[in-house]
Amino acid sequence: MWGKKIKPMRKVAVVAAASRQEEKMLDNEVEMMVPLITEVRTKTGLDQTDIGFTCSGSSDFLAGQAFSFVMTLDAVGPVPPIAESHVEMDGAWAFYETWVKFQMGVIDTALVYSYGKPSPGSLQDVLSTQLDPYYIAPLWPDAHAVAGLQARTLLEQGIITVDQLADCAVRAGTVESREEYFSQPMLSDPLRKADCPTYADGGVAMILAVEGKAEELCEKPAWITGIDHRIDAHHFGVRDLTAVPSARLAAEKAGVHDGPIDIAELHAAYTTQDLLLRKEIGLPETPNHSQRSYSIKADTLMASGLLRIAEAARGIWDVQANRALAHATAGPLLQQNLVCVLSGESN
Amino acid sequence: MTEISVPSSLDGVEPVQSVRTPIRMEYTFTPGVAAQTYLREFANKKILGVVSPVDGAVLVPPRGADSRHGALCDEFIEMPHTGHIGSFCVTNVPIPGRELDLPYISAWIFLDGADIGFLNLVAECPPEECRIGMRVEAVWKPDEEIGMTAENILYWKPTGEPDIPFEAAGVRGWHVGKEDQTNA
Amino acid sequence: MESHERLSAPLVLEYPFTRTTGPVIGAFLTGLREKIVLGIKRKDGSVLVPPTEYDPETSEGLTDMVEVDQTGEVITWTWVQEPRDQSPWDSPHALAMIKLDGADTPLLHAVLVDNPESLKTGTRVRIKWREKTEGHIKDIEGFLPMEGDDD
Repeated sequence: MWGKKIKPMRKVAVVAAASRQEEKMLDNEVEMMVPLITEVRTKTGLDQTDIGFTCSGSSDFLAGQAFSFVMTLDAVGPVPPIAESHVEMDGAWAFYETWVKFQMGVIDTALVYSYGKPSPGSLQDVLSTQLDPYYIAPLWPDAHAVAGLQARTLLEQGIITVDQLADCAVRAGTVESREEYFSQPMLSDPLRKADCPTYADGGVAMILAVEGKAEELCEKPAWITGIDHRIDAHHFGVRDLTAVPSARLAAEKAGVHDGPIDIAELHAAYTTQDLLLRKEIGLPETPNHSQRSYSIKADTLMASGLLRIAEAARGIWDVQANRALAHATAGPLLQQNLVCVLSGESN
Repeated sequence: MTEISVPSSLDGVEPVQSVRTPIRMEYTFTPGVAAQTYLREFANKKILGVVSPVDGAVLVPPRGADSRHGALCDEFIEMPHTGHIGSFCVTNVPIPGRELDLPYISAWIFLDGADIGFLNLVAECPPEECRIGMRVEAVWKPDEEIGMTAENILYWKPTGEPDIPFEAAGVRGWHVGKEDQTNA
Repeated sequence: MESHERLSAPLVLEYPFTRTTGPVIGAFLTGLREKIVLGIKRKDGSVLVPPTEYDPETSEGLTDMVEVDQTGEVITWTWVQEPRDQSPWDSPHALAMIKLDGADTPLLHAVLVDNPESLKTGTRVRIKWREKTEGHIKDIEGFLPMEGDDD
């Protein structure tokens, strides 16, 4: 099976999505998620008792609380008891687990959500603790510095240019113009502030449904025609920082190259990563259609990846795209990559 | 343990087997909308509950949602300072960092009109006389020490009123509302 | 609610981890305490520094630890103007990937220079040890550019 492209046995679609991002939210995680979950349930007319499986993604280190996801289940309402699962990862991986559950044939509908509220804590400290605990984490490098190491490699080896970074920043909206980009001082040399993410609190909720049910719940279901995720080595010292083999392979396995891509929603928190991913996935550097939103402008750890899937689905619903790609990443320097292709047509 | 070979310069040297890697995480915790509203009024010696929009159940203290149904609760009501013991536990082991006379009683307290209980201390009551259904009232800290903290109520003491029936004591909110349904 | 200021309270979580090292990381840290640097040999003869118990590509168990030089080359770097609270360094420095002579993979550490102009990719550096070593990655205080080796 692994040598081949994975063809879904059951057709599954995203039929509703709701999301919210703010720089500093007063609501707690439950108060943030209730309106989003209510919105997708209302849009589809589904009650929690109609939903076959609920899966979420979040991080305890962000929440500052052990097993914090159990509290956020207050926002779902587990009475009577629901079938539920959680990943300590971006919600895109909860989405993948849910897709697998559909393929098992045991569910027809599902609720997927994820959230992150970094504003009460130090996101940079949290990100440092994901690094190797013996060799790297005790040096507490922040994420921008680690991204800077990759950026310099890419620039000095001529794989990307500073002009491309500037154009990417303009496209993502972190600066208005090239001139503004070049007027910024270095933040993590060779990265400027416009190359680096601004962090936001936020959450995403989404309803998935199987063929036969999806058409009842949504005028134009966004069908998952391919999905795959792959991982590279944790130690970035042993990786070639000018390539992302896991993203390349995940894109291939998800069938990205089987047809034209109208929208590519990339989970790239840095301009360098945006450009590198485009190269690895085989996307044009300057797409015809822009992304609907950019992680560089508002990155919400644990939710940005699922938000990319929501945005790709919105592209299908709005008939802006017939075939949309969503990408999610986790781990230091694009270690893990998930690629999903959504289509307005079920075959 | 896997056999590894090391350069001879390390022969006879005491091997490192562990390493200290402490992590410190600092947060500025914010309590959310419901808990903020509750704490502000708690500092005025008022106890707030919220009303479930699904079935009218009264939930104390408010946590933002009716956790049974995932419904936002934004209707606050003021609760009386009396209630009953739904269940309790007599503990003979001290809590590190807290000065309590042993044995102490921790109880699941249901305020009059509330559909869920919360954990608190019961005192001025010998452990052998504590019982499910016993009526209790709040003993507050002196007014000048009251603040936005769960420590405002020192403990709960018996009111001396007749008990509520054993069958009526304890969890009620769970049973309110929806019929049992199976997950789809 | 809007008229009120946001309530907040400090919350500090501390995890005072003491990690066991296992034989390979243990030997590497023993080496640091003795002021030498060890790598581990892969099947193809290349040397991983810092060493891992398993080949990161094939997951094959690795056992042959070898000493590498205390001099090397900056592979890539960035500038840290404001070190964070828990950082071992309290003044501006470069953070770099450094490939030691005799090693085939780089390790992450600081290069102790005063400004970013003093450094470039390819700069030759050597280890500056802390006076008192204990078997920790911080036994290396940082790396210093090698005098007279500027091309």
